Amino acid sequence: MKTGPLLEIENLSTHYVSARGARVVRAVDQVSLRINAGETLGIVGESGSGKSTLALTILRVLPPAAGIVGGRMLFEGEDLLLKSDEEMRHVRGKRIAMILQDPMASLNPLFTIGDQVAEPMRVHEGTPRATAWNRARELLKSVRIPSPETRVTQYPHEMSGGMRQRIVGAIGIACEPRLLIADEPTTSLDLTIQAQYLNLLRELQRAHGLALIFITHNLGIVAKMCDQLAVMYAGRVVESGPVSHIFNAPVHPYTEALLNSIPRMSDSAQRLTAIEGQPPDLAALPPGCAFAPRCVKAFDRCRVEAPPELALGERRTARCWLATSDPPLTPLPVEVTPHPCPLPACGERDGPA
Amino acid sequence: MTITSPVETTVPSGYFPFSSRFDFVRLSDFPLIPVLILSTIALVAIFANVLAPHNPEIGSLTARFKPPFWQAGGSTKYLLGTDQLGRDVLSRLIFGARVSMVVGFTAVIFAGAVGTTLGIISGYLGGWVDQVIMRLTDTWLALPALTFAIFLAAIVGPSMWNIVLIFGITYWTRYARVTRGEVLSLKEREFVRLAIVAGCSKFTIMLRHILPNILNTAIVLGSLELGVVIIAEATLSFLGIGVPPPQPAWGLMLADGKQSLMVGRWWLSVLPGCCIMLMVLSANILGDWLRVKLDPQLRQL
Amino acid sequence: MKQYITRRVGYCLLSLFLLSVTIFFFVRVTGDPATLLVEPGASEADIAAIHHQFGLDKPLWVQYGIFLASLAHGDLGQSFYYRTPVMELYLSRLPNSLYLAAVAMALSLLIGIPSGVLASVRVGHFWDNFGKMFTLLGLSLPSFWVGLVLILVFSVYLGWLPSSGAGTPLHLIMPAFALGWYFAAAHMRLTRSSMLEVLGSEYVKLARLKGLPQSLVIAKHAFKNALIPVLTLAGINLVIMVNVAIVVEVVFAWPGIGRLLYEGITFRDFPVVQGVVLMGGTMIVIVNMVIDILYAVIDPRIRLGS
Repeated sequence: MKTGPLLEIENLSTHYVSARGARVVRAVDQVSLRINAGETLGIVGESGSGKSTLALTILRVLPPAAGIVGGRMLFEGEDLLLKSDEEMRHVRGKRIAMILQDPMASLNPLFTIGDQVAEPMRVHEGTPRATAWNRARELLKSVRIPSPETRVTQYPHEMSGGMRQRIVGAIGIACEPRLLIADEPTTSLDLTIQAQYLNLLRELQRAHGLALIFITHNLGIVAKMCDQLAVMYAGRVVESGPVSHIFNAPVHPYTEALLNSIPRMSDSAQRLTAIEGQPPDLAALPPGCAFAPRCVKAFDRCRVEAPPELALGERRTARCWLATSDPPLTPLPVEVTPHPCPLPACGERDGPA
Repeated sequence: MTITSPVETTVPSGYFPFSSRFDFVRLSDFPLIPVLILSTIALVAIFANVLAPHNPEIGSLTARFKPPFWQAGGSTKYLLGTDQLGRDVLSRLIFGARVSMVVGFTAVIFAGAVGTTLGIISGYLGGWVDQVIMRLTDTWLALPALTFAIFLAAIVGPSMWNIVLIFGITYWTRYARVTRGEVLSLKEREFVRLAIVAGCSKFTIMLRHILPNILNTAIVLGSLELGVVIIAEATLSFLGIGVPPPQPAWGLMLADGKQSLMVGRWWLSVLPGCCIMLMVLSANILGDWLRVKLDPQLRQL
Repeated sequence: MKQYITRRVGYCLLSLFLLSVTIFFFVRVTGDPATLLVEPGASEADIAAIHHQFGLDKPLWVQYGIFLASLAHGDLGQSFYYRTPVMELYLSRLPNSLYLAAVAMALSLLIGIPSGVLASVRVGHFWDNFGKMFTLLGLSLPSFWVGLVLILVFSVYLGWLPSSGAGTPLHLIMPAFALGWYFAAAHMRLTRSSMLEVLGSEYVKLARLKGLPQSLVIAKHAFKNALIPVLTLAGINLVIMVNVAIVVEVVFAWPGIGRLLYEGITFRDFPVVQGVVLMGGTMIVIVNMVIDILYAVIDPRIRLGS
């Protein structure tokens, strides 16, 4: 058994540069993460927080406009950023695999299911066609596709959404990778199918000893599936640690707000709590903490100086001045600009308390 | 751990201080040469009477087949040579610009008007009107445009305005198709809904709300069609069913020049061809630029 | 799929109907059709005879009926100049045009598709810029001018190739090139944009994520998908080629149906003109329908009913 983390990311940054260098978008900014073998790490954030870019960065499958500008990614001890493109190709699909969000778009409409499932094996391991197709049938069975013999010769459009996503999962585990990255795999599935799919993922994880990075915006799924959690905002990790710790005692106001915004039956409040304001424009971030404009606990220092990632314990970090002993415990009377509540029939001028 | 510094963003330079629609126009992208060429051709066409050194329609039989002035046998009196009837090539080229310009622009505007109107009506009114117009468009598209234009020209006889009319009838379909698509999506927008709620008649809405928003697309399409129409006009002239002689047209000059090609009188064919090429090339480049600037959705056209 | 086919056939018939109506209409609406249907220089008696023969004194819809009936029999009238049935003339010349178009199409695909793929894979670099220039030139130069320049260079100055007629493969080179030039540019442009679109798709992204080598991603996953619209266009263009070949055929004196149309116009041989246009239109409509149906057969999404 290998000691040490399976994947260790240190200060990773990926920037998008538009034509002629006019706009620089810091999609991933100084991100550090760690995942051990067999663990499940959840990455949570709004659209535009950089989660998907992070996933693509790990596998170095970025569009031409994006560039990795710094950091280290140690996978089983090797720095992925130092690998050549050809070496990286042998990592993709074979040692680290990825599942995308839209299963219909992920499968090539002109090729059979069998062909697409068998493909990674034939390319990475040189498996002859017949053997690969047999393996494909077994894989389909292990992801609970009924009658795999017939399915193997069918085309993607003949399957339902749930089945397609399992097939994509089968493709992912075809070469027995150590790490599987799932980018919002259940977002486009019906609710009833979601639970089944999540169970399937957990089963596969246990059976193959897979580590799983689960990217989602749904905290409910995180609660169910994940051991560790990283919360991203504006390209940075604002809080990370064991799921139970974070859920019980969030440090960063954004995490707190996310947790509060999950509607609960027991709530006596009449309105859904929402987070004020809009997600930031990544090309024009304010100085200081990126969340400060929307933060109800923000104070002077937050607007001027961006907080570093502060260690709060074993594998527990937060990027917030509240986590230090410096700041006053009550906000200074420099006003948090009151925003009118966007919900109708709401008389209050401040947002959620 | 490092403390992040304020994110730098640079402000792009070279913007025109125009209204929002032209904010994105950058000086470096502007297709200067094509616009210059087209403007020159337009000016030449307008001032042909003044610019042409000789009468393009009457030639001097003693001065037949003179080559351009830089070749042996040429003279500066006839800068680009003369044709089989002793007519000055340069003058004919200059007057030919008139035909190309007039036919080109008028036909495009005419076809555009017809097509856009049908597109707006079809897209906005929907229902069976839409179905009928779309079926008509589809079947019309299936007919070979050039062949049809040739057919019509053969029937009605050659004359400049007939040609314009014919092109208008033949080339409207693309406008209709694309405009209809645009209208379909425009229909769902807020300002249309507001207009309906305010009680505007369908006709008013189509005219005052939808049409201005369609104009961008129509202009782009028009610039792309211009090249097509110019070549079509040249083709018709080449085949002898375009603008009738003695009025000079570039296509006609090409046809006349073909016979002399074998004996090496290259200037009779190559020069008019160059003019056509320059004009169409400029129109195409301009059209491409317009397409990218005015409506990014049309990039796939 | 059956429904798809029946619909396509229906549209085809509708188009053919519209074609016949249009031709019929335009001939009638521009004056006394007798002047067109009769030989130049005919006498009063001849004109009266024509009136009777075509039933020009009968109501319009009866005339149309007569027109349709003769079309159904494949009777396109008789050529004034050649004194043979138009249909016979047409069919005798058609193979030449098809031959020319086939070669030109092959040329245009051989040039267009690979350069389109190259341009899409090397966006912004040499091949892409070269491709852009090629596209512009190809779409801006009229085919007859290209032909004339080719004759000038290869026949007059170099004396390598014959400038007119048909018969040997040497006769074929220049006309095929002049005809195919425009379409090569069109195919290149479409291939490039289609490839770019496919290369940005999710399944290509997944293919890369699977760790497939770039060559396999392009050749297998991207290319086949990108080819669909190009082949569709090529099929449609083939028939268009036959029709627009008229100018190339005139320049090179190639004995095809384009040349036939030209002769009809020059000699004021109206039945020939009408016949060629009718047949040209019919061919396009039918071929479009066949292509649509073939599309259904090849693309599994339509074949198995989505």
